[in-house]
Amino acid sequence: MNIEFEELAKEFGTSRALHPVSLAIPSGALIALLGPSGSGKTTLLRILGGLEFPTSGRVLLGGQDATGLSVQERRAGFVFQSYALFRHMTVFENVAYGLRARKRHERPTEAEIGRRVNRLLDLIQLPDIGGRYPSQLSGGQRQRVALARALAIEPRMLLLDEPFGALDAKVRKELRQGLREIHDRTGLTTVFVTHDQEEAMQLADLVVVMSMGRIEQVGRPADILARPASDFVRAFTTA
Amino acid sequence: MSDLALSRPAAVTDEPRATRYLLIGIVLVLISLLLFAPLVAVFSEAIRQGWAASIEALTSPDARSAIRLTVIVAAIAVPLNAVFGIAAAWAITKFDFRGKAFLITLIDLPFSVSPVVAGLALVLLVGANSSLGAWLVANDLKIVFAFPGIVLATMFVTFPFVARELIPVMIEQGRAEEEAALTLGANGWRTFFTVTLPNIRWALLYGVLLSNARAMGEFGAVAVVSGKIRGETTTIPIMIEMLYNEYLSVAAFSLAAVLALLALITLTLKSLLEWRHADVLAATRRH
Repeated sequence: MNIEFEELAKEFGTSRALHPVSLAIPSGALIALLGPSGSGKTTLLRILGGLEFPTSGRVLLGGQDATGLSVQERRAGFVFQSYALFRHMTVFENVAYGLRARKRHERPTEAEIGRRVNRLLDLIQLPDIGGRYPSQLSGGQRQRVALARALAIEPRMLLLDEPFGALDAKVRKELRQGLREIHDRTGLTTVFVTHDQEEAMQLADLVVVMSMGRIEQVGRPADILARPASDFVRAFTTA
Repeated sequence: MSDLALSRPAAVTDEPRATRYLLIGIVLVLISLLLFAPLVAVFSEAIRQGWAASIEALTSPDARSAIRLTVIVAAIAVPLNAVFGIAAAWAITKFDFRGKAFLITLIDLPFSVSPVVAGLALVLLVGANSSLGAWLVANDLKIVFAFPGIVLATMFVTFPFVARELIPVMIEQGRAEEEAALTLGANGWRTFFTVTLPNIRWALLYGVLLSNARAMGEFGAVAVVSGKIRGETTTIPIMIEMLYNEYLSVAAFSLAAVLALLALITLTLKSLLEWRHADVLAATRRH
C-alpha cells in the first residue's frame, strides 16, 4: 500500500514539531526516516500510525484519505522503541493479542490463532519461546517478538520506531538483515525511524533525512551520499 | 513496598557481628513494644473474664449492629474509592492537562486535613443549618446523623489510598503498552482490562487493603457525622469508645479484638496472594 502525506504539520502547544511536510512513499518500499533527536521523525511516524493527529495536512493510505482514521482503523503494525511487550503475558499471548482483540465475527478460531502465532514465531526464527514471559528474553528476542506481534494483525504497513536502538552492535547487524528479509517476504510498505545514518543507508530503499521538523532530502542512499542537498545533510550523513 | 522481601540481596555490609545483632535487637525490641505488645494486650483484656463473657458482649444487639454497619460501610466505600482512585490515577498519569498538579494536591487533601475537621465540614455542608441540608430534610433525605453521612465521611478519609498507590506505578510503566494495544486493534475498554489493570493489580490490591483497613478503623470523621445513635449509627470504633467510657472494658476490648482481627485477616490475605503468585510477580516485575 502506498503512503502519501500532504502539508502535514504538528504543533504541541506553542512548539512546532513538524513544519508542513509532504512525501509520497511507493507501495512495498522500505523507508528510513533519518535525523537527530527533535527532528520530528518520531512524530511523523506516530501520525502515520494514528497515535498522534496532525494540526493540519492530510494522510493518504492507498490513495484514500486516512487523516481522521483512528489508530485501530489504520491497521498499522507498530514496533515501539522499547518494544512495549505486555509484561504480564507470555510471548504466545503477546502475539495473539491483536487476533483476540478483533470483533467476534472476524476473530479466528482458537486453533487458527494457535496456527498463526506459531507460523509467526517460525518466521522470526524463535519457534520455541511461546511459553516465556518478556522479562525472560534477550533484547534481540524481544524486538523480534514485537515484530511478530505487529505482523499478527495482518497490517497494511509496518512502522518501526528506532527498532535497533536498544541493542548492541552485533545483534543490531543480525536483526537488520532479519527486518530486510521479513520486509521482502511480506512485501509490506515499511517505515522505520533511526538516528543512525549507517543503518539507514544500509537497510533502506529510500532515505528521508529530517531536521528541525523539516524534510531536508529524500533519495536513494547512494544519491544522498553522492549529492547531499544541504550542508546539514552532508554533515549528518558523513558523521 | 511489597517487593522488598522477594529477593535476598548479597551481604553488602562488613560491620562486625556485634553491631549487626545490636541493631537487629533494637528493631526487634521496638517492634515488640510498639506493635506486638498492644495487640496482645487487646486480646488478653478481651478474654480476661473468659471466652463466654467476651462472646456474650459481641453478640449483644448493639455490638452486632456495629459490626454489621462497619462491614457494610467498608463494602460500599472501598469499591467506590477503588474506582475513583483508578480513574484519578489514570487521568493523572496517562493524559496531560491544565491543573494536573492542583488535582494531585487535592487528592492528598484528606491526608493533611484532620478527620474531625472533615466530619465537621460535612455537617456544615449538608447539615440541617445549611440550605442544601434544609432542602434534603424537606425531601426526607437524611445524610448527617445517618448511614449516608457515615459512608461519605469514610470515603473522604480513605480517598487517597488507592490513587496514591497507583500513581507512581503507572508513571513508571508509561503509556507504551497501552499504545501498543491500541495499534493492535483493541478499543479503550479492552486495553484497560487486558493491559492496564493487570499491570497495576498488585498496587491496586495494596491500596484497596490499606483503604479497607482505614475504612473499618476510622473514628474522627465518622464520630462527628454519625451522631452516635446506639444500634443505628455506631460503627465498631465508635462503639468501642462508648463502651470504654462506660467502664465496660470486656465488651470494649472484645470489639477492639474483632477490629484488630479484621486487620490481621486483610494482611494475611495480602501475604497469601503474594506468596501464591510469587512466580508471576517475579516474571512480570520488569522488562
